[in-house]
Amino acid sequence: MLRIKNINTFYGQVHAIKNISLHLAEGEIVTLIGANGAGKTTLLNSLSGIVPPKTGQIIFKESEINHLAPYKIVRLGVSQVPEGRQVFKPLSVEDNLELGAYLNYRITGGKTQAKQDMEMVYELFPILRQRRKQLAGTLSGGEQQMLAIGRALMAKPRLLLLDEPSMGLAPMIVQEILKVIANLSREKKTTILLVEQNARAALKIAHRGYVLETGRLILEGTADELLENKDVQRAYLGRDKKEIWER
Amino acid sequence: MKIWDPTHECISRDELEQLQLERLQATINRVHKNVIHYRKKFNELDIIPEDIISLADLSKLPLTSKDDLSHNYPYGMFAVPLREVVRIHSSSGTGSKPIVAGYTKNDIRIWSNLVARFMTAAGVTHDDLVQVTFHYGLFTGAFGLHYGAETIGASVIPMGTGNTERQIMIMQDYKSTVLVSTPSYALELAFRIEQLGINPKSLSLKVGLFGGEPWSEKMRNELEQGLAIKATENYGLSEVIGPGIAGECSCKNGLHLYEDAFLPEIIDPDTGRVLPAGAEGELVITTLNKEAFPLIRYRTRDMTSLDYAPCACGRTLVRMKKTNRRSDDMLSIRGVNVYPSQIEEAVFGAVQGEAPYQIVVERTQAMDSMEVIIEITDKIFALELQKQRSFLELVKKRITSIAGMSASVKLVEANSIPRQDGKIKRVLDKRQI
Repeated sequence: MLRIKNINTFYGQVHAIKNISLHLAEGEIVTLIGANGAGKTTLLNSLSGIVPPKTGQIIFKESEINHLAPYKIVRLGVSQVPEGRQVFKPLSVEDNLELGAYLNYRITGGKTQAKQDMEMVYELFPILRQRRKQLAGTLSGGEQQMLAIGRALMAKPRLLLLDEPSMGLAPMIVQEILKVIANLSREKKTTILLVEQNARAALKIAHRGYVLETGRLILEGTADELLENKDVQRAYLGRDKKEIWER
Repeated sequence: MKIWDPTHECISRDELEQLQLERLQATINRVHKNVIHYRKKFNELDIIPEDIISLADLSKLPLTSKDDLSHNYPYGMFAVPLREVVRIHSSSGTGSKPIVAGYTKNDIRIWSNLVARFMTAAGVTHDDLVQVTFHYGLFTGAFGLHYGAETIGASVIPMGTGNTERQIMIMQDYKSTVLVSTPSYALELAFRIEQLGINPKSLSLKVGLFGGEPWSEKMRNELEQGLAIKATENYGLSEVIGPGIAGECSCKNGLHLYEDAFLPEIIDPDTGRVLPAGAEGELVITTLNKEAFPLIRYRTRDMTSLDYAPCACGRTLVRMKKTNRRSDDMLSIRGVNVYPSQIEEAVFGAVQGEAPYQIVVERTQAMDSMEVIIEITDKIFALELQKQRSFLELVKKRITSIAGMSASVKLVEANSIPRQDGKIKRVLDKRQI
């Protein structure tokens, strides 16, 4: 479904993504793990076209998307849920969701589809239905995260890019959100690329994962393999890497 | 017949190449960061990990030889701290020091599943009783097959080596259905079974999983008849992982090499150049998902060729031809790898100088034996008879400790070993495999 080959992304002079290759199969949940500054968000931004890669290839469903503008990538079925939710705070929940359907609305011109999709989001996150007239800025962190995911789903993505959905949330809420993400993959067959600091939680719902370190991929493996890997355990625990040799 | 890991064993070439590229790049990033030897070698050639953007770029990287592993004895090639290693195995080096390989928990799990692939391909299921006649110890053979069988859910009988009568008794009484062995030891078992007047069809054996040394189709026929089994081959090297690099399916038409875990290349052993697909040459392996002991372009010294044509069994992974030839002088004797250089070290060490010698390898029935013939030098001649005898004992002991196997040693008159152009042929291998 998604195939990336040798992408390199720069912020000015800073080489943030170094020659990364990865893939996602249809319906898979794949997680990207790595410490702060490893390049996880940059990789998502490269995929969604916000920070296009300088070299390399991103192939989504047989078409190359690395040179496309972000809105065209969304139209092809790739939606990103940005880090820190980024909901439109002065707008109501409902308006936020409608904005998520903006591109589809422009194409099909029909409002009924958007209404159905909104129902689907309310079913996933019943709390949003209760809050639908409320301004997004007045929601709790967890609710805002649900709204951000819901807004992304309104574009009917085949591939959902999730950036740190658990950030700053209470453990209970994190569990709930991860459960919905797992459901999306299982029932709606949405393919999901999940970036998480909370590696353990992410690996519990993911099929596979990649470990990023200073812009490079250093490991690919099944969720079980990665949970067992000491580099992952270190990254998850936030411990510093000790010297290699301890005789 | 069942396939253990269809996702990987039946993967399309296109998807496989993407996975290989990802894993290759990750492995190179890891070794560049964690293994001083590789970083130094890359730096010498002015290569950074970002230079590898396709599978073909692999040939830009330096080859790794057994000597490289020896120079980094014992832990220099490990890519993880020692505390993350849960197992250490070793195999014979070219000198007195062995090669040390480490495994993390994941490595053991990956290994077990690779072995489970060829066991399943040979028809082993969770209902089988697997009799392992490999030596349990530093060698990888016994543990690899043992874990593979347990992963499938079969019952393992960890016999270890030797005591042929007892092996046969247990085979009869416990009703072993699968025999794990070297082909030559299996032949020995077949001879003894015949001698004892046991009808092989009365045994419960159905499958033989053979590896650890080269063998011929003629031996396969002998084994299939003598033990009333289906004989399959598997391939592995202790330095790379152990058994589980490749294994035959029921088509017995080459060994499927597990390309999602090992990237194979075929090179010209003299020039090191990569040869085109299908050509015969030396097998070179790059590990793709090993954590503790990754290898970049390791020279196996085994001569083979790769066949990318699809196989009737449904597996898409490439098939390597049975290896019967090596590009170095290693001898495989009773499943133990011995280098002539090890014997030389033992002999010269005992003589405390140089002495003309020859290694003679023979096979009587199925048993291999090694004899070392040393010509008397002035120095040895000057010794009293008593001391000559203890000298022979010393050589024997040194061979056992360095090469890990016993050999008979004898002294002969000066200039009695035949010479060709004034040179003694170091190894005289009289076996007809």
